[in-house]
Amino acid sequence: MGFPLLSLIIFLPVAGAVVVLFMRDAQTIKWTAFAVTLVDFGLCLLLLLSFDTSTHEMQFAEQRNWIPALGIKYAVAVDGISVLFVFLTALLGWICVLASWNAIAKMIKAFMVSLLTMQALMLGVFSALDLFLFYVFWEAMLVPMYAIIGIWGGERRVYAAFKFFLYTLAGSVLFLIGIIVLYFQGGRTFDILALMNADLGFVTQAWLFFAFLIAFAVKVPMVPVHTWLPDAHVEAPTAGSIILAGVLLKMGTYGFLRFSLPMLPEASVHFSTLMLVLSAVAIVYGGLLALAQDDLKKLVAYSSISHMGFVTLGIFALNSRGVTGGILQMFNHGITTGALFLFVGLMYERTHSRSIADYGGLMKIAPLCSIFLGLFTLSSMALPGLNSFVGELLILSGAFAANPLLAGISILGAVLAAAYLLSMFRRVALGAARVGERFDFWDLDRRELASILPLAVLVIWIGLYPKPFLSIIQISTDHLLTQVHEKEGAE
Amino acid sequence: MSIRPLLAIAIAGLASGLVLYLRDRVGPRDLVSPVASVVLFALVASMAPRVLSGGTYELVLFEVLPGVDFAFRVDALGMVFATISSLLWIFASIYTIGYMHSLGEHAQTRFYICFAASLAAAIGGAFAANLFTLVIFYEVLSLVTYPLVYHHEDNEAWDGSRKYLVYLMGASKSALLAAIALTYHLAGTLDFVPGGLLAGVEAAPVLLTVVYFCYLFGFAKAALMPLHAWLPAAMVAPTPVSALLHAVAVVKMGVFCVLRVVFDVFGTGLMDALGLAIATAYLASFTILTASIYALTRDDLKARLAYSTVSQLSYIILGAVLFSPVAMVGGIIHIAAHAFSKITLFFCAGSIYCATGKRKISEMGGIGRQLPWTMAAFFVGSLGMIGVPPAGGFVSKWYLAWGSVEGGQFVFLVVLLVSSILNAAYFLPVSYIAFFGKEAEGESRVREIPLVTVPLVATGILSLLMGIFPGYFITLAEEVVR
Repeated sequence: MGFPLLSLIIFLPVAGAVVVLFMRDAQTIKWTAFAVTLVDFGLCLLLLLSFDTSTHEMQFAEQRNWIPALGIKYAVAVDGISVLFVFLTALLGWICVLASWNAIAKMIKAFMVSLLTMQALMLGVFSALDLFLFYVFWEAMLVPMYAIIGIWGGERRVYAAFKFFLYTLAGSVLFLIGIIVLYFQGGRTFDILALMNADLGFVTQAWLFFAFLIAFAVKVPMVPVHTWLPDAHVEAPTAGSIILAGVLLKMGTYGFLRFSLPMLPEASVHFSTLMLVLSAVAIVYGGLLALAQDDLKKLVAYSSISHMGFVTLGIFALNSRGVTGGILQMFNHGITTGALFLFVGLMYERTHSRSIADYGGLMKIAPLCSIFLGLFTLSSMALPGLNSFVGELLILSGAFAANPLLAGISILGAVLAAAYLLSMFRRVALGAARVGERFDFWDLDRRELASILPLAVLVIWIGLYPKPFLSIIQISTDHLLTQVHEKEGAE
Repeated sequence: MSIRPLLAIAIAGLASGLVLYLRDRVGPRDLVSPVASVVLFALVASMAPRVLSGGTYELVLFEVLPGVDFAFRVDALGMVFATISSLLWIFASIYTIGYMHSLGEHAQTRFYICFAASLAAAIGGAFAANLFTLVIFYEVLSLVTYPLVYHHEDNEAWDGSRKYLVYLMGASKSALLAAIALTYHLAGTLDFVPGGLLAGVEAAPVLLTVVYFCYLFGFAKAALMPLHAWLPAAMVAPTPVSALLHAVAVVKMGVFCVLRVVFDVFGTGLMDALGLAIATAYLASFTILTASIYALTRDDLKARLAYSTVSQLSYIILGAVLFSPVAMVGGIIHIAAHAFSKITLFFCAGSIYCATGKRKISEMGGIGRQLPWTMAAFFVGSLGMIGVPPAGGFVSKWYLAWGSVEGGQFVFLVVLLVSSILNAAYFLPVSYIAFFGKEAEGESRVREIPLVTVPLVATGILSLLMGIFPGYFITLAEEVVR
């Protein structure tokens, strides 16, 4: 065990939060939070660069006994499935701080503490190798997130926060039961890697699969347990929306990849068609809902449901292209939707309106803002040459191998995405410059540009040259699929 | 490996950026496109000798996905498309200056930026070595032409441009996306393979048929009926756009993509085995005749020209699927023949509009006496469309007719003949009205605008030259067929 890089990454934001607690001046607090998240991001970059893409084994592993009586350990590590999300969390971390710079007016200290704590917990979720530890991180996240929505949110923030809390908690209860069952059935261990090799009977697997399904489906969110999402997004401050869309939604699909597939392979294969159906429903239904929105945030929120449907479609295609595409698309969605929420936020700061009808002609007043908004809009609708297209192509190609009918239906979601996104962009950015008559709308400032540029670079980079990212994912995916299919074949 | 294909795209792309940079200085800004077009054409022409003798220029930039590269290859088919696009850009860019200035159009900088970007996309598509690269440029072309279509920003322009985007994006996000995902699933690569990428793939015939039709309709820029309605809608754009983009670059991109699918993705053998060739031929014939009848009923000159384009595009597809080598050659050289004639016709429509503000054919009585050069060029362009020697259209139609006889497909010979009569029926009256019709009372005399007239005379002459010296395009077409 070498230098504990991963632990440093996870706990640096906590340390930052503690330091911030003792500060008074708002500017100092903001700059400290920014510095901490930026350093954390730098460390993650280091982690990504020194990540070995030639093995599926866990890397940067650390392990210490925590509660020996129950065999609970503090064990963290990353593999090709999780490392990208550790990176994504840290990337969005400092962007969230920048996005909150002027938007958060009250209790800035408490907000930054929540944000930093949130970041630490999210990083923990993606790196935990002990099921108990994972659950602790997973549940603890609810508290700062509840605060971020409930204190700094919009008018109906308490309702939205409560709804978010209830849905997630309901899922978590089942998850907890599942964990306990796993502990006893899997040889009295919380070691995630060991549990992957546990030999569970099909019936146990099936029950666990559904317990996990509900917990994860709430997070993704899959239809019909998606209704908390639009409320949470609309009421959350910009940073909250970015975290929700960029990272929290990924935890649901990450759960499928880390637990359901490798630990419950037979059930996963058995119920894969059901999952594909649910995915296709989410894709089309989410798209239709997005089409009907006038509220920018709701539109992006519903589009997330549709896009995350593509991710689950790829994962439960249970073949190399589908799963690889699904993981890449999780990353893509984090970048693109994160950026879109960033734009909704900065537009709201200027106009205090999220209604598409209030905008129009943005291109004439704020060309830079419009062009970047256009880029992320196109990325979200999966324009060839941009990041989401690569993911969508892989997912659909995998889905056609698994279930051509459902893949065909899912294509509808792609058409709908083009429809609601392009029409949104046309109504917001093109035409007569109405927005300038009513609001003082200034173009992007340097702080905003700094947070947008890295995302824009990633959008184009992954769109044309996704290989570095795919090579991170590939070996772990292949290993995951052997885990799934080997056990299934052994039966 | 050669950098030239990328350089060609970069020239047009840089021109686009340079226009933005020079946005406050009208003179230099307007000069960017003509200069870039000449440089681009010279570069494309410099690649011609090797391609004519059966060689290619290749450039693989990097691997995108396993089996999919971001790569370019200049072959004979791409050369046909690139030659006409870059050559006609020279004339269009001069014409555009005259047109935009004489009408005092707004947002000219945006216009020039998007125009040059469209050329970059068209050239990129022409030189793409696989479906992935092709589709990127195909979609970029849809997007950068969109601001050109809504240019006027009035209700008509918004309606037309919405239809434009809905058709093109709708088709590509549904059918095309499915086709590409299925192809990748079936073949594991997206490369163009002479003889057919899917030729050796084990797959159910039904599935392959679905894939084929997804391509055919996914590439809606080919304007095959029933996905043709975006093209008349796009006529709300300023005329230079209709001329170079919606008669040459955009629609030829669509047809070019269909030809790529026929030749390099499915291959003639597989197309024949699945009965797709004959189905496509009937679909194309239906489009040829129906669109001609539509054209006959339109009084708006640009609308008539647009339906004529819909009809003429299907000649190219028809030629490709008749599978007699002669018909294929005919289809491919029709890409060029139609381009030269149709751009002339659109230039003329724009010239009439600049000089008189008229768009309806019924109002054009006696106009030929005031705009002699324009209407003479219009007559020459019409001859090309009808297929009267020595215009270029004669050569291509001759090959097409010969090919259908050679293949024993007499039905399609009839289609060709009937449609030629229809062409005459909707084009010749325009010239007749212009030269022999009665002038409306009390109209002031108008004069032709030099910067608009010179290019249209030049393209008119080119359309004749193409008929007299068709060797370049025939050689390239034969290279494709081989």
